[in-house]
Amino acid sequence: MPEHTPLEADHRRLGATLVEFGGYLMPLHYGSIRAEHLAVRRRAGLFDVSHMGEVWVGGPGALAFVQQLVTNDVERLRPGAACYTVMCRPDGGIVDDLLVYRDEAGCLLVINAARHDADLAWIRAQLPPTGVALDDRSEATALLAIQGPRAGAILAPLARGADPLRLRSYHHADAEVAGVPVRLSRTGYTGEDGFECYAAAARAPELWTALLQAGAPEGLAPCGLGARDTLRLEAGLRLYGQDIDESVDPFTSGLGWTVKLGKGRFTGREALTRLADGPRPGASVGLRLGPRHIPRHGQPVRRDGTVVGLVTSGGFGFTVGAGIALATVTADSGGVGTRCAVELRGAAAPAEVVALPFYRRPSD
Amino acid sequence: MPDPTPARFTRTHEWARPEGEEAVVGISDHAQAQLGDVIFLDLPEVGARVQAGERFGTVESVKAASDLYAPVGGSVVAVNPRAATAPELVNQDPMGDGWLIRVAVEGAWPADLLDAAGYDQWVASQAG
Repeated sequence: MPEHTPLEADHRRLGATLVEFGGYLMPLHYGSIRAEHLAVRRRAGLFDVSHMGEVWVGGPGALAFVQQLVTNDVERLRPGAACYTVMCRPDGGIVDDLLVYRDEAGCLLVINAARHDADLAWIRAQLPPTGVALDDRSEATALLAIQGPRAGAILAPLARGADPLRLRSYHHADAEVAGVPVRLSRTGYTGEDGFECYAAAARAPELWTALLQAGAPEGLAPCGLGARDTLRLEAGLRLYGQDIDESVDPFTSGLGWTVKLGKGRFTGREALTRLADGPRPGASVGLRLGPRHIPRHGQPVRRDGTVVGLVTSGGFGFTVGAGIALATVTADSGGVGTRCAVELRGAAAPAEVVALPFYRRPSD
Repeated sequence: MPDPTPARFTRTHEWARPEGEEAVVGISDHAQAQLGDVIFLDLPEVGARVQAGERFGTVESVKAASDLYAPVGGSVVAVNPRAATAPELVNQDPMGDGWLIRVAVEGAWPADLLDAAGYDQWVASQAG
């Protein structure tokens, strides 16, 4: 049986199509993925992503523990800052990708719902005997993401205790939004400016309703996981279980920038050091196809007739107006501009290796 | 007023509605809901021949590419120009403005097509 977001009744009232994702029954869309995608690019969208897991790491040893758990350098984060990172096995395989929020008293890890149990087991197995305490807050925490160029303008009049418009990217603050205490962070998974609000699950319905009402004049649309997927793909953001998993390392999957080999000891460092310097099993690239070709996960990529890789994420980029894909290809199969083909249902569709992301928001 | 010429459905989720000697063909509301947003359509050209039960095109949606099967046989006399340029019509009005092709029917209508109630029943029997 799937678990339930605290907003399920609200989604049903809005006519959402619900699907099981990461063990939760979540909204896929409220009518049209295309309309929701474009609302986020042009105005703003509100997402329920309460399926995400939240794990608090506290105690005097918390920061040092997280530093050895993940690949990015969390000790350089000041309280109030956050970073995206992965955590790896000793062989470099990715256990999960996650956000780390640094607080005065410890770190909040935000993990993928589908990896919740595996991550918790992995983290617990590495805990030192004393000095670090874990608190799994996933069940008690709701997460709403408001994303898009008008997100800040919608949120600002509702916020007390912190000014969303003055919050820097990848920073967070305690605030109240519409009277609901939240951890407010300027983060997201869409390629747009936006914010995420972590709140007590019991307060999620009033926060959701207040945001939708306040945003209605600005064109704020409730958005489901379908648009979240097409938006993140255009932004070149990886998805665990498709683009990354335990069988691939961060360098091969395009996440080498999260690996800070110079920061000191951490799990996977030896293997990742070898991969950073030596030959790698492959590379993650962006592929752009034509407007009438939509690549899908698992389809082969060919160059000069030879299979050189596989599509890891594919779909239609509603903003770029073309089929787009992330693909893992052999390391020597060519850089940006290389012509190749994706095998769609038996037919070869021409594709070109392009720079990531597929979509970059206009600088403001 | 009841529809004088109700549509008849395939078990592959297409419909055909008789209009004189011709048939207008599209996909069912259930089909469009299952597919999600339609991104584009691959449809035959005017003059092409389609055979009942045979593939005549593809509908590509956010979710998947799906083959279209002709409910009736004949020659294509029109392709919906609005659906070709605005495929979201297939989602918005699959039984109306989102029609796909018009066929000059040759031969008899297949006997195994379902009426609306029969189709709904068949869809329900396939669920879960």
